[in-house]
Amino acid sequence: MTHVPISVTVDGTVYDGEVEPRTLLVHWLRDSLGRVGTVVGCDTSSCGACTVLLDGRSVKSCSVLAVQADGHSITTIQGLAEGEDNWHPVQTALKECHGLQCGYCTPGMVMSTVDLLSENPNPTEEEIREGLHGNLCRCTGYHNIVKSVQHAAEAMGGAK
Amino acid sequence: MIPVAFDYTKVNTVDEAVAALVSGGEDAKIIAGGQSLMPVLRLRMAAPEVVIDISDVAEMQGVSDAGDAIVIGAGTTHHAVMNDPLVKTHAPLIAMTTETVADPQIRHRGTFGGALAHADPAGDLPAAAVALDAVMTVAGPDGRRDIPAKDFFVDYFTTSLEPEDILVSIRIPKLGEGWAYHYEKFNRTAQGWAIVGVAAAVKRQNGSIEAARIGLTNMGPGPVRATSVEAALAGAAASDDAIAAAAENATDGTRATSDLHAKADYREHLAKVLTKRAVAKAAGV
Ligand SMILES: Cc1cc2nc3c(=O)[nH]c(=O)nc-3n(C[C@H](O)[C@H](O)[C@H](O)COP(=O)(O)OP(=O)(O)OC[C@H]3O[C@@H](n4cnc5c(N)ncnc54)[C@H](O)[C@@H]3O)c2cc1C
Ligand code: FES
Ligand code: FES
Repeated sequence: MTHVPISVTVDGTVYDGEVEPRTLLVHWLRDSLGRVGTVVGCDTSSCGACTVLLDGRSVKSCSVLAVQADGHSITTIQGLAEGEDNWHPVQTALKECHGLQCGYCTPGMVMSTVDLLSENPNPTEEEIREGLHGNLCRCTGYHNIVKSVQHAAEAMGGAK
Repeated sequence: MIPVAFDYTKVNTVDEAVAALVSGGEDAKIIAGGQSLMPVLRLRMAAPEVVIDISDVAEMQGVSDAGDAIVIGAGTTHHAVMNDPLVKTHAPLIAMTTETVADPQIRHRGTFGGALAHADPAGDLPAAAVALDAVMTVAGPDGRRDIPAKDFFVDYFTTSLEPEDILVSIRIPKLGEGWAYHYEKFNRTAQGWAIVGVAAAVKRQNGSIEAARIGLTNMGPGPVRATSVEAALAGAAASDDAIAAAAENATDGTRATSDLHAKADYREHLAKVLTKRAVAKAAGV
């Protein structure tokens, strides 16, 4: 099959590449760019572990073709912190509120939370649960994830 | 899993899309948001040779006011539809129903037209489309034509679109003043798909119900317009008892099936209960 050229901004850097059209965005990020912070958890677009931001909006990178990202901007979990000691408030909140156990769902949870808080800086518990509806966690029971999001909202200056 | 290899082409106009479908033949497949197609490709349940990306077709994006109707471009994402001021003002039932579709990530990619063209019996939007008498504008090799929603949904995952047709836009007639709406959906928590859903539009006047429009999700191979319920509601009192009595007709004309989520008789029970709830909530009872 012919390869097609793409140019995608990932975490602030422009990457030019050639991909087979069937290449999933998540596989391009992991296998070609080595950005393995974004993980794959299912084959059915259900789990949200692979969530990244495409032009600032959360999407499941297993359900977008790499060619469809051509000309667009992607933010992954590896593009949030401003260096080792300067985490994004959502990352800090998950650590402080014990919002993860095995951590497999966490990259996706963080990215969905960043999207949620950008649209709704001060969500209610119900809005948080609805906002994270596309992210499954097998460990935490969600309680501490909800607490983490509330904590992050406060830290980021939401009204409550 | 990784999909079977295919060629990819991105089109900029409706005419280009139709031309690509004509030259690709039966091995060509449209991709809009990809939120139904990508899982199918990954599980290798489909293996198209050419995938035609319509997400850059400007004509198919956004919502416009056409006087007595609004027109929603088939490629408008769920997220854009549910936040659109014209949709919220003139077709709130579409906004309410779209809010229950899947999850935020899928609503950022998935499109209104893709959900209708996919025609999943558990999909929420077809029921709202038939309740509101939506009209599909379709482009094919012989030009454009309109298909009323009631003739569009043919069977499980099957519409009256021909293989070389593309759904361009959807016209939703404005119902005007006095109508109120609700979409009542019954689903498992971890999964968004409706076991049964009921889309209701109700017009109230002086304590009674003047008219109602009801569409049912997952009560047959396609969406069902609950005309017996509508007839029973016309002129009925806007009371719990009258609405419950009318909702008893909700299984008329349905063909519910059994699957791992629910047996057919349970779906029939749900159709009545959810119809009552949807109408009562819309009517403010
Ligand atoms: C985990 C998950 C949960 C979901 N939950 C729900 C839910 O609760 N309720 C619900 O209603 N839906 C749900 N969906 C489906 C979702 O609504 C999809 O977005 C929608 O069904 C397809 O839209 P799309 O634009 O992504 O279409 P695509 O996946 O791109 O295409 C779907 C099909 O339609 C065809 N097609 C697309 N656009 C056109 C067009 N303009 N003209 C002709 N053919 C076209 C394609 O060729 C393909 O066969 C869910 C999906 C997933 C993955
Ligand atoms: S890997 Fe599960 S949704 Fe993407
Ligand atoms: S922490 Fe293990 S899946 Fe969420």
